[in-house]
Amino acid sequence: MSVQDGYNFAYLDEQTKRMIRRALLKAVAIPGYQVPFGSREMPLPYGWGTGGIQVTASLIGADDVLKVIDQGADDTTNAVNIRSFFRKVTGVATTEQTREATLIQTRHRIPETPLAAGQILVFQVPIPEPLRWLEPREAETRTMHALREYGVMHVKLYEDIARHGRIATTYDYPVIVNDHYLMRPSPIPKFDNPKLHRNPALMLFGAGREKRVYAVPPYTDVRSLDFDDHPFAIERWEQPCALCAATDSYLDEIILDDAGNRMFVCSDTEYCAGRQAAGHKGALAA
Amino acid sequence: MHLVRELDLSRLQPGFAEPVGDAQRCFRGVLDALAHPGTIVELADLPAPPPGLGAAQSALLLALADQDTPVWLPPGLRDAEAGHYLRFHCGCRLTASLADAHFVVPASLAALPALDDLRPGEPEFPDRSATLVVEVAGLATVGALRLRGPGIETEAGLSVAGWTADCTAFLRENRRRFPLGVDLLLTCGASLAGLPRTVRVDREA
Repeated sequence: MSVQDGYNFAYLDEQTKRMIRRALLKAVAIPGYQVPFGSREMPLPYGWGTGGIQVTASLIGADDVLKVIDQGADDTTNAVNIRSFFRKVTGVATTEQTREATLIQTRHRIPETPLAAGQILVFQVPIPEPLRWLEPREAETRTMHALREYGVMHVKLYEDIARHGRIATTYDYPVIVNDHYLMRPSPIPKFDNPKLHRNPALMLFGAGREKRVYAVPPYTDVRSLDFDDHPFAIERWEQPCALCAATDSYLDEIILDDAGNRMFVCSDTEYCAGRQAAGHKGALAA
Repeated sequence: MHLVRELDLSRLQPGFAEPVGDAQRCFRGVLDALAHPGTIVELADLPAPPPGLGAAQSALLLALADQDTPVWLPPGLRDAEAGHYLRFHCGCRLTASLADAHFVVPASLAALPALDDLRPGEPEFPDRSATLVVEVAGLATVGALRLRGPGIETEAGLSVAGWTADCTAFLRENRRRFPLGVDLLLTCGASLAGLPRTVRVDREA
């Protein structure tokens, strides 16, 4: 496929790429720390993954194989658009297979198929600052990170317990990276938090509107905050996926009719399709 | 005017043959090396470096340095061909002050500057720190240095020609200052290894 005329390879100009690349290198060297960068205006609005797109555009080369997912799905609007954007401005090969991809851009999920060493996962991040809803001043949150003054986040989780009897935070669940920085893992479900811990793949995070990039290098300790008497736990479902019968994947609830009937299916479409192709059959499979 | 007289463009070595693709490949090499301390990344098809710089060393500066990043070169290289080369191809400022430099290119491991003279970043902005790019005489993945830390599954080995106890002490002190600190890239011809500030280093007797 030919690359769009009139645009540089991967859309961004070389000066911008160098600036983002330098920021990414510092992000890898300081795991979990948010590196400011000069976010550019992109051909789609903030909130549609401009941070992730800029990170991907700075990374991508002609040999890369790109996969894009949106809430685990390869075929929803955001994923389809971003995939076709990169096909247009780079001409690289794209795939839906997690194992084939060298570069995976994701909105709000980590694929169920385990990632391998050498792969890079790029997260689209709306709000990078974990302390933002607790302390609105940027200068103050910077100081809190510098002093590792994270007690306020424990207070927030404690208030969850006081109010609901359990930690009610289910996505964007705060983590400590490499025993140092408090990090917001972008709004992935807490189901995916354990996958952050010592993952063999490099994980990069881009927030376009907030102009921050950060990283979790491979094999880095990532601990979800919790208490001794209220340990961190992931979501569980009482039934398997209705299509592929998986019991180990994150399930979306889908309302079927006005009578309250519903089904639970894998949010990761590639994983679900792969299992169905391998002969696994759920209760509602055709 | 002084500079213009000295700069003989006909003698200047060419930079990247394919600036966009070559810069991308070099960057991915550096990213790979920093994300996996202890692995050695081989960069291919590099342009011939100017005298005094290694192939990977000069290529990664071509890929990453520009008008926003002052580069420190040893005085002997700054006003020589290497200095002209970087000024022309990167448009970067060459600085005589280590404290200003974003990229520091010491002449050798033995000439590593004192940690106190380098930009360590600020507690609120530890990313505003120097990256050292040092050419060494040899790099191998088995060797006396035992590395641990982010990017390493259990432990990685690295052997660096010319590594001294002072270098180990430099890295340990650098690690102790985390999140402040500098990041080290070691180059040897076309190969490259990364030692980010998070790396813990032990040396076998």
